[in-house]
Amino acid sequence: MTHSLTLIVVLPLLGAVLNGLLATRLRDAPLGKTFVTVVGCGLPILSFLLAVRGFLELQATGGTPLIETAYTWARIGGRSFEIAFYLDRLSAVMALIVTGVGSVIHVYSIGYMHDDKSYARFFAYLNLFLFFMLSLVLGRSLLVLFVGWEGVGLASYLLIGFWFDDAANAAAGKKAFITNRIGDAGFLLGMFLLYWAFGTLDMDKINAAFTSGAAPVISASLAGILLFIGASGKSAQIPLHVWLPDAMAGPTPVSALIHAATMVTAGVYLVARMSGLYLQAPAASMVVAVIGAATAFFAATIAVTQSDIKKVLAYSTVSQLGFMFVALGVGAYGVGIFHVYTHAFFKACLFLGAGSVIHALGGEQDIRKMGGLAKKIPVTFWTFAIATAAIAGIPPLAGFWSKDEILWNAFASSSGGSPVLWAVMAATALMTAFYMFRLLWLVFLTPSRMAPDVAHHVHESPLSMTGVLMILAALSAVGGFVALPHFLEPLLPMAKTPEALHHYETPLLILSVAIAAAGLVGAWFVYGGGPDRATRLAARFASLHRTLYNKYFVDEAYDRFIGRPLVWISDRVFLNLGDRVLLDGSLNGLARLAQRTAGVFSRVQTGNLHLYALFVLAGSIIVLAWSFRHG
Amino acid sequence: MDKVHFLLLIAVALFAIGLLGVIVRRNLLVMLMCMELMLNGVNLSLVTFAQQTGTASGAVLVFLIFVVAAAEIAIAIPIVLLLVRRKHTLEADAFGDLKG
Repeated sequence: MTHSLTLIVVLPLLGAVLNGLLATRLRDAPLGKTFVTVVGCGLPILSFLLAVRGFLELQATGGTPLIETAYTWARIGGRSFEIAFYLDRLSAVMALIVTGVGSVIHVYSIGYMHDDKSYARFFAYLNLFLFFMLSLVLGRSLLVLFVGWEGVGLASYLLIGFWFDDAANAAAGKKAFITNRIGDAGFLLGMFLLYWAFGTLDMDKINAAFTSGAAPVISASLAGILLFIGASGKSAQIPLHVWLPDAMAGPTPVSALIHAATMVTAGVYLVARMSGLYLQAPAASMVVAVIGAATAFFAATIAVTQSDIKKVLAYSTVSQLGFMFVALGVGAYGVGIFHVYTHAFFKACLFLGAGSVIHALGGEQDIRKMGGLAKKIPVTFWTFAIATAAIAGIPPLAGFWSKDEILWNAFASSSGGSPVLWAVMAATALMTAFYMFRLLWLVFLTPSRMAPDVAHHVHESPLSMTGVLMILAALSAVGGFVALPHFLEPLLPMAKTPEALHHYETPLLILSVAIAAAGLVGAWFVYGGGPDRATRLAARFASLHRTLYNKYFVDEAYDRFIGRPLVWISDRVFLNLGDRVLLDGSLNGLARLAQRTAGVFSRVQTGNLHLYALFVLAGSIIVLAWSFRHG
Repeated sequence: MDKVHFLLLIAVALFAIGLLGVIVRRNLLVMLMCMELMLNGVNLSLVTFAQQTGTASGAVLVFLIFVVAAAEIAIAIPIVLLLVRRKHTLEADAFGDLKG
């Protein structure tokens, strides 16, 4: 079957074009909305089915990568740049996550966005996102990956600012886009370096060159760190994490699909995809692990104090991405992807559950004004509870398996694992369980703190939303039983763990269960009876609480040390000195010079005809004299 | 002094008188007449040279100049008339409105 890979990628683009160009014009047509729904959800589902078929085909051939060249983009100096798609076990897993989770979130959006006036535009953007995300995942060369990489950034920008009437939403979109540009600069430099060294951007060839040892004419660590800068921008790692919490300004399905389940894991995918390089670059791997651990830890501490339901989930996403990078940093690439996979289910479920809560409360996002929702919206509650338990690491749900593997590798991996790293990650896991159960209690279990008129209107969401929640909750529950790291092992070798440490494995397993349970108990102890005890605690540690609540003042620091100096220098140096004084000054000066000179010579134009005649005579005489002398 | 020299001297004299008139006189009509004088000085020199070389081209050129001069004066006189109607004077200095 040829061209099925290209079709997987292109189908959502077709949807984006149909919905974006056609359907936005027939908004008021009788079947307009149905058309949008069928196109917007049907094509991603078709894409998912094709991805499943590609996966089966891959399994039938025993894992030989399927390569499909769609188009030769350019041929320069005998080297051709091709748009080629590459399906191996890694990209197949990612493609299934993207199309699968993507499809169900599309279905969820039918209910969630039903009353929005820009229904068609929303589906056009979502489909566009899927197109770019799939070219990112399935691209064979870094070039195609980069096009997808930028494209998902664009889609993310469009969707964060989807309700652009509110200036804050538009600002959040810009923040995401600009922060990503900083990372992209690193990514581009890394790409240039690799192309300069290898003359190709095909990732399988670069990996092969590194693995065979034929390569290192360049510093693998430098290339690795440059690529990781790009990854840290897209995946919201310190110091480029600031955009993701603000990105929650977009509609909730977007938060679930782009800013939790798929796009933000692109950085993880990139590092895993380039594992051949990172295996040869211990320094770069260490940077990845350290940044990942720091991000996981700090984001978790922030999440403990936030009061906006989506902000808590956003910081939780940042923190979980940190977990994934720790896994990558210690050489457990398959485990990192495993966490991408489980995280996609439970975090999508959590976000969509949060969306269902917000929907039920008519737009309220502040968890201090919720409570007691468990009885009123039971389906949302149960699915949210399952996903919460999954992310907290309660066995046997999905999150437990992947997180436990990450903790084990952080402890035992011979390439970068250490007890210190384990301790940091374990503390983070404890906080994860704590803040997630805090959320569960504050939203669903504690006595209601809702305003009476809000409480009166609480209603369960339609089936298109709850059905999706149930699917995702089921996957969050059983998704961990797939031994994904082993499935990926031929491609992404497991991290080596010294034999001497193996007797720690069972105690650590028990410990990580205990940690999750401790988080649960702690949250019940503090929040079980409502937020009063927590308020007292916050008052006791006021300065710590303020620091955490204000996210370590990172935004303020960026504003003071980067934003404001930049504005100052733009205003004073570039605008006033450069533009106004130098450029305008020299141009105006030239004009004035011409004017003054003209002023001097205009005296000659006296208006006296006889003088003109005299000049003509004088001129003729001079010309004649000259021509006689030289004739 | 042979005939050719004599004729050329007259031609130069006509030209010089005309030129002097254009430069010195203030009356527009007189200036136009002086320009005609200059043209006739040129015509005379052309005829002289044509006579001397025994070719017809010089004489042809003279006719050309006649035509051009007639056309020129046919335009110039109305212009002068219009100007005079506006300012009620023939003094050239009165028409310096367009000076820089």
